[in-house]
Amino acid sequence: MSYCRQEGKDKIIFVTKEDHETPSSAELVADDPDDPYEEQGLILPNGDINWNCPCLGGMASGPCGEQFKSAFSCFHYSTEEIKGSDCVDQFRAMQECMQKYPDLYPQEDENEEKEKSSKDLEDTPVEASFAKEEKGSS
Amino acid sequence: MGVESSRRRRPGPEAEERLPGGGCVTGRRRRSGRNMAAAAPPQRRRRRRAGAREGVGGRGQWGAGRPRVRRGGGGGRSGSGRGEAGGAMLCCRLAALGARRRLRPLGPAAVLQCHHLRYPSRSLMSSGVPGKAGSNLLFYLIVGGTVTGAGAYVYKTLRENKERFTSRVTTITARSQENASSPSGAASRGSAAPEAHPEVPSHVPFLLIGGGTAAFAAARSIRARDPGARVLIVSEDPALPYMRPPLSKELWFSDDPNVTETLRFKQWNGKERSIYFQPPSFYVPARDLPFVENGGVAVLCGKKVVHMDVRGNMVKLSDGTQISYDKCLIATGGSPRNLPAIERAGKEVQQRLTLFRKVEDFKSLEKISRQVKSITVIGGGFLGSELACALGRRARTRGLEVIQLFPENGNMGKVLPEYLSNWTTEKVRREGVNVMPNAVVKSVSVSGNRLMIKLKDGRKVETDHIVAAVGLEPNVELAKSAGLEVDSDFGGFRVNAELQARSNIWVAGDAACFYDIKLGRRRVEHHDHAVVSGRLAGENMTGAAKPYWHQSMFWSDLGPDVGYEAIGLVDSTLPTVGVFAKATAKDTPKSATEQSGTGIRSESETEAEASEVPTSPSASPMPHVPKQGEDYGKGVVFYLRDKVVVGIVLWNIFNRMPIARKIIKDGEEHADLNEVAKLFNIHED
Repeated sequence: MSYCRQEGKDKIIFVTKEDHETPSSAELVADDPDDPYEEQGLILPNGDINWNCPCLGGMASGPCGEQFKSAFSCFHYSTEEIKGSDCVDQFRAMQECMQKYPDLYPQEDENEEKEKSSKDLEDTPVEASFAKEEKGSS
Repeated sequence: MGVESSRRRRPGPEAEERLPGGGCVTGRRRRSGRNMAAAAPPQRRRRRRAGAREGVGGRGQWGAGRPRVRRGGGGGRSGSGRGEAGGAMLCCRLAALGARRRLRPLGPAAVLQCHHLRYPSRSLMSSGVPGKAGSNLLFYLIVGGTVTGAGAYVYKTLRENKERFTSRVTTITARSQENASSPSGAASRGSAAPEAHPEVPSHVPFLLIGGGTAAFAAARSIRARDPGARVLIVSEDPALPYMRPPLSKELWFSDDPNVTETLRFKQWNGKERSIYFQPPSFYVPARDLPFVENGGVAVLCGKKVVHMDVRGNMVKLSDGTQISYDKCLIATGGSPRNLPAIERAGKEVQQRLTLFRKVEDFKSLEKISRQVKSITVIGGGFLGSELACALGRRARTRGLEVIQLFPENGNMGKVLPEYLSNWTTEKVRREGVNVMPNAVVKSVSVSGNRLMIKLKDGRKVETDHIVAAVGLEPNVELAKSAGLEVDSDFGGFRVNAELQARSNIWVAGDAACFYDIKLGRRRVEHHDHAVVSGRLAGENMTGAAKPYWHQSMFWSDLGPDVGYEAIGLVDSTLPTVGVFAKATAKDTPKSATEQSGTGIRSESETEAEASEVPTSPSASPMPHVPKQGEDYGKGVVFYLRDKVVVGIVLWNIFNRMPIARKIIKDGEEHADLNEVAKLFNIHED
């Protein structure tokens, strides 16, 4: 059983699990998915890539940022059957750049980063092949 | 500037005041009666003259300039010698009227004016001496001479003032031109040396003043949005940009004996990271910044910006170097405050004091904690409590005594409601800290080789070292040279909702007093706010024009068993509603990081929001035995302002920040907050 106590201006309520089992009657305002002020995810409402997404970490802003952006954009807009198969050059350029900065882009985390960023593209059906593509080219 | 203009202003309005006011009318009348005034007997006039000159401030000037006007008797007394008493009365009335219309201090002068009423007989008497042409001539001469002299004096003063103002202005402009020319001279001399590139570029598109969290977040944001952007960070700190929260938390819990060198910490799940945002190879050398192909971020360490010229879009460093910019961010953060009692105490005490903020403070305090027997932390807020807990943990293994003093009733007294603050204080005590609430430091002195702290209530604390965590003073020295506004309520640079101070100048982080559309004007000193505001400033510097919208959060861990996350206005003076359940063994910060698979909660909130890691199976929960009274194991506390939730504390429940953010963003009035609390599922993990 829940009970309530008032200490001055502060109210304290203790609730049991059963008390909170009924669904909440609190109403929340519906969110506008196109609200320009809101923090956007990886893909913006107009389809562009949000390079400032916290999920990308520093990938788009580091020394290899330009190579990463071109490779990732190419992959994102690629309409090939095996998505990203026409982007091998960009990915190779990115790899070469990243190899110049081993402490920035540690080799074992590199594939994790790409897998993570590829996972965030909800609409891409062929993530597995993309990941395989990466492992193949490295 | 202010002095000059006020000095000039003072005569002005008063002169204007006189014209449209009653003085004008009477003045004209009086002017016409100039000769009449001369006809008045010398005695009365002298008295009135004295009265006129004794007037306060401008009145004296005014009176001196046109004594006839003051007398007004000229206007009233048309015709020499006729009805002088009546004229005197009229003069008095008019003077009083004029005085009332003028500033209040002139009142007494009006009274002085009318003192002649006390001696009507004399006036009447003096008026009854006609025909003395010789004395009349003498009188004319005296009056005329005085008037001319006074007029000349007034004119000279006004002239001098104007001259002084113009000369002052020219001096200032000349000085600023000198300053502009001499550093450019120095820079040109430097670049004339046989080097391909100067050490510091003379112009950068994006200049970030300050090398902390906000500046780094802005640099990252600018680089992400503007391809090939060239960003220069100028930092007074000799270290590259790093994050501060681990300095008072994770770094102290590390088992690595070399932690002060590596500044890396291993998290509960084994994942390790450095406090530095990026290793040195991330950054481009400053001299190559204008030339490197795809741009980059360069950091100038150990350099301070001392002067900012907003009109010329340039800054001057402490060594005289001058850098011009297109867009500038001020992220100067703050400096730790000190207690006046300690400042007065002398050098011996200062040597045993740490004002904790930077990496070197951590290094020195870590070393001291291994050498001394007793450390006192003054301050009961976030930093003080976290440091006390961190040191308290060491206390157990190394026999160190840790004392914490603060004026509030309990730890986090200004943040948490009283019942939670008391509960927190008990927890801190359990961490091995001797907590002394309601303690105000009166004086600190050295006795033997130890410090003696005397409190205002008479208690004495003997200790070896003091750590002062009594607040942060925002670094706003640049406001003066830049002509930027400083907020008087919260401190810091005053900026708008888009973090902009002037056309090309933005401010972010601890130093920014900004307008939060939902919660009003505020200044926030938390890590996530520095990240969010830095990122937003970077976006706006590249043309986004977005206001502060994504509400930042903060968190604190007081030992491994007590932790909370919070968002919005979390002020203990606001009325609160807390909804609690009983805690189980799973509800600790340790298990939160294990479940989310990230090293630090800061990372999980701000960096890898989109990541999902499968949660590891956890042991079956064991309910804690409630202590006497209630046990505030886990729950949610709502802070209300006019019945709207403006702040939320998630007490020992984690990974629910998005719902808390949503509730604050809605800004709705909820009738039953228990229903809102249901949204948090406080009974689950």
